[in-house]
Amino acid sequence: MHEVQPAVVVENVTFLWWIPLLPALGVLFHIFLGRRVGKTAVSVVGPSVVAAAFIVSLVAFIRVWLGPPGLVLQQVLWSWLPVGSLDVRFALQVDALSAVMILVVTGVGFLIHLYSVVYMHDDPGYARYFAYLNLFTVAMLVLVMADNLLLLFVGWEGVGLCSYLLIGFWYDNDANASAGKKAFIVNRVGDAAFLVGIFWLFWSFGPGSHTFSFSEIAERGRQLSPAVVTGVTLLLFVGATGKSAQLPLYVWLPDAMAGPTPVSALIHAATMVTAGVYMIARLHALYELAPISLDVVATVGALTAVFAATIGLVQTDIKKVLAYSTISQLGYMFLAVGVGAFSAGIFHLLTHAFFKALLFLGSGSVIHAMGGEQDIRKMGGLRRYLPVTYATFLVGTLAIAGVPGFAGFFSKDMILARAYAEAPMLWGLALVGAGLTAFYMFRLFFLVFLGECRADAHTRAHLHESPRTMTIPLVVLAVLSVVGGYVGLPEFLAWGDRFSAFLAPAVGGSAHAGGHPHLALEVALMGASVFVALAGIAVAYRFYIQAPQTPQQLAARWRRAYQLLWNKYYVDELYAALFVRPIVQLAHVLWRQFDVAVVDGAVNGAGGVVQETGRWLRRWQTGNVQHYALSLLVGTLLLLGYFLGRG
Amino acid sequence: MTTLAFPDVAWLPLLPLMVIGATALLVLVADLFSEGPDYDALGWLGLIGLIVAAVCAALLWNQSGSTLAGTLVLDRYGLFFTILFAVGSGLTLLLSMNYLETTDIRSGDYYTLLLFSTVGMVLMATSVDLIVIFLGLEVMSIAAYALAGIWRTQVRSNEAALKYFILGAFASGFLLLGIALLFGASGETLLPRIGEVAATGTGEQRLLVTIGAALLLVGFGFKVAAAPFHSWAPDVYEGAPTAVTAFMAAGIKAAAFAAFVRVFVDSLGPLAGDWRGALWILAVLTMTVGNVSALVQRNIKRLLAYSSIAHAGYLLVGMVAGGENGNAAVLFYLAVYTFMTVGAFAVVIALGRRGQPHEDLDDWAGVGLRSPFLGFAMTVFMLSLAGVPPLAGFMGKFYLFSAALEAGYVWLTVIAVVNSLVSVYYYVGVLVKMYMAEGGVEAEATSARPYLFAALVATLAGTFLLGLFPTPWFEIARRSVESLI
Repeated sequence: MHEVQPAVVVENVTFLWWIPLLPALGVLFHIFLGRRVGKTAVSVVGPSVVAAAFIVSLVAFIRVWLGPPGLVLQQVLWSWLPVGSLDVRFALQVDALSAVMILVVTGVGFLIHLYSVVYMHDDPGYARYFAYLNLFTVAMLVLVMADNLLLLFVGWEGVGLCSYLLIGFWYDNDANASAGKKAFIVNRVGDAAFLVGIFWLFWSFGPGSHTFSFSEIAERGRQLSPAVVTGVTLLLFVGATGKSAQLPLYVWLPDAMAGPTPVSALIHAATMVTAGVYMIARLHALYELAPISLDVVATVGALTAVFAATIGLVQTDIKKVLAYSTISQLGYMFLAVGVGAFSAGIFHLLTHAFFKALLFLGSGSVIHAMGGEQDIRKMGGLRRYLPVTYATFLVGTLAIAGVPGFAGFFSKDMILARAYAEAPMLWGLALVGAGLTAFYMFRLFFLVFLGECRADAHTRAHLHESPRTMTIPLVVLAVLSVVGGYVGLPEFLAWGDRFSAFLAPAVGGSAHAGGHPHLALEVALMGASVFVALAGIAVAYRFYIQAPQTPQQLAARWRRAYQLLWNKYYVDELYAALFVRPIVQLAHVLWRQFDVAVVDGAVNGAGGVVQETGRWLRRWQTGNVQHYALSLLVGTLLLLGYFLGRG
Repeated sequence: MTTLAFPDVAWLPLLPLMVIGATALLVLVADLFSEGPDYDALGWLGLIGLIVAAVCAALLWNQSGSTLAGTLVLDRYGLFFTILFAVGSGLTLLLSMNYLETTDIRSGDYYTLLLFSTVGMVLMATSVDLIVIFLGLEVMSIAAYALAGIWRTQVRSNEAALKYFILGAFASGFLLLGIALLFGASGETLLPRIGEVAATGTGEQRLLVTIGAALLLVGFGFKVAAAPFHSWAPDVYEGAPTAVTAFMAAGIKAAAFAAFVRVFVDSLGPLAGDWRGALWILAVLTMTVGNVSALVQRNIKRLLAYSSIAHAGYLLVGMVAGGENGNAAVLFYLAVYTFMTVGAFAVVIALGRRGQPHEDLDDWAGVGLRSPFLGFAMTVFMLSLAGVPPLAGFMGKFYLFSAALEAGYVWLTVIAVVNSLVSVYYYVGVLVKMYMAEGGVEAEATSARPYLFAALVATLAGTFLLGLFPTPWFEIARRSVESLI
């Protein structure tokens, strides 16, 4: 928009490649040695390579932090594509934005690896699990450290593949396998748009030298026509709606909960699903040139925030509630970047990574204790049995609900304040969403931890707190879910918004003249969001503690509305009817048309090879080759017709 | 008494061709003296011949010239393909040496045929005369028909050979008729002169050239397995011995494209307005039919056959784009495709055992976990075929599709991109089987099959090399097409 881009200082360093390399070595270790060296070695190597990457990331972060503003650490590994007009490099970079991201990926990632050591311990695919998890870490690090759009795409595809592999990790269950498939296909739709966007961008740059680096895209973007920039940014955003589960491509994320719970925490809450938000913040210079695209981003974000929250109101699977809440919280992040508050979006990404990872790991602890049960109607009163999980889960719930003092409050408030300044309508939506969030999260909390235990006697007898290796990550994340917010206070408090100041050279926005509302207004807005949060909690308390019969009565009274929410607005059914069935039918028609010869042979397989081949031969004699020759002839005639028609 | 004038022959341009031909004859003779069942020595002989031919071709890189009354030329385009064919056939030889042990193919003729087929391929790529190109095509194809049926005790192999032969003869008929029409119009079979007629001809002459071009398109379309002339490919690929299938997918397709591009760019370039549109349609049809049909396949060879059809479609995209970048992208992609597809077939062979080919995808369940190396190799090849960066397949597609965009074919590019995204589904499907299912077969240790192991290492190296450091190779491809335009 109007602020001056801060000067960028590039410093070439040689240690950045260790950050993705360390987990990559872990992958090789697990694949080639994992089954031979046994579980203990895997348990040590899996988390330690990520811890080592975290330490290197910390070094990078501190250098960016202490260095001059706008410092970018860069390491060019080699020129990937220096041909003609193109000079794409295999280059890693760490600026303020990437520094925050690599800390989240390796830091939260390490805690989740650690948690997995116990959670997955009895799984026969233990080494495989850590291979995938480390591989995911590599891909995610490449995504956030890439210095150009193509390399970002490498990571983008990589995390998608790992997510797919991990959702279907317990493949012997059909539902899990098809959940993985669904995630994969839905993401394909988004990625198609994303790729077309990249190509269009490349194409529109025209002749001249291209590195595709983000700084060059920012530079050259200014010379493009607004229509092109709008088209490109919208296409890239469609990619983001796939990866980050926004309307209309969010449908895969709830099903993705079929994967192991630590995977849900790492990939489907803390890191991968935020890739879309990161991508827009990374390309903020391009998006700022396309106000229409930003409006679309903000609107989709706000709508998703409310839409997913309403579905979350009635879900009864503990992980599904958290999944819809993730979709909803991602909506807030998109709302933030859509109204130009890029640092606020990343701030919420950071705090969300803490409290949502905490909530997922907490739910894993609950599921672990309940012997695999995920239905919150069969829980209750777990406070007594799982004290650590209870306390940390409460912190996470307070943080996501936006109760003052907790991390989520500060980041959500920053988004709401900016949304009010830019688009009051969307602020209204976001406020409603905040109230709904407080309600459904406390509904979950009350149903799981308070009240009477509704589990059967057998389950109750086995209730136990999880071991240390699982509770330590919970405690660390709980602490972060509180203190994490204090890096970005409102401007009028204590040290103010250090987070945005730190990010400003990378994503701009802090020096926004007039961007900050009046003090009185800001306090009033804050009051409004505190009010809806408390109201949401109060209603949940009334419904699920004081008068537990209320929800049923309401559901009976508003039957239609309840059914609509319970069935998630029938979106899955709609997509099945509109897209899935026609495509499956088309594939079958094509198959039969072009493939008559083998249908039987392939299906019947092993038994009676001779008989089978005999039948083949007979088929062949009765006309297969003639059939083929005929298709050849028809093709020839059509081609001749085409040529002569032109001539 | 009339003396038959012996044409003035420059021998240098013929060097690689003669080396391969001589090797073929040598193997044929040596076969007489070798007592089976171990034919490794013949394989080694062939391998050495191919390496020598490739080295000769590389040494001739800066030379140019023509021979045999101008019908054969020495240019970088021809040399590029000569080296590519030597590599492709060499890899096939490596595959075959271990593969033949698991089959009933007890014949040194196998190697002879493979080498003769390669001779035909080199002829196709180095000739600028339609008759010689046709000759090369027939030498290549007839040897290939025989190879497809060389597993005589297998009914499937026989059937594949017969089908391939009948339909191939049918297609050759069209090609020959096209050549005849072009000759009728111009009185020439040399490409440059036909080009002149194509550029200036009017009336009846122009009509003959147009119909001739359409018929050539059919003939080449058949050889590269472009829809709707692809129907033979799945059956033949599935029925032929796996090593031969690899040879057909990589070598024969590349040779057909070599002649295809040279004929259409060199002599029929002036008619580009006519054939570009037709090629556009063929490209879209080929990609779509290949990818969509591959989605429902359960047999790995059939799946790779449809994948090969789809890849012919991507290559046609590069031809439609044309120009230096488009043609260079086609050459680069053919090199990339050789490595990744031969590699994929090598894994198929590695999984098979005597009497148990293990071609059903269900046999592949859990292989990735039990044999980490094979799993890793297949993962690389599948992801590369799918076009996932940073592997060679991605770079290949990147060059092809950006050339199409630069030439202004936006819709074609979009369709191609969507197609390659669809393809990810079935390629990853193979990986899912390998890593996320149980109950398949146990693969024999690759260390017990040294040749196969060498082929796998070589194809893996190629797939990484062309993906991570594509520039020098693309530069070579670009230099190779300079002589065309």
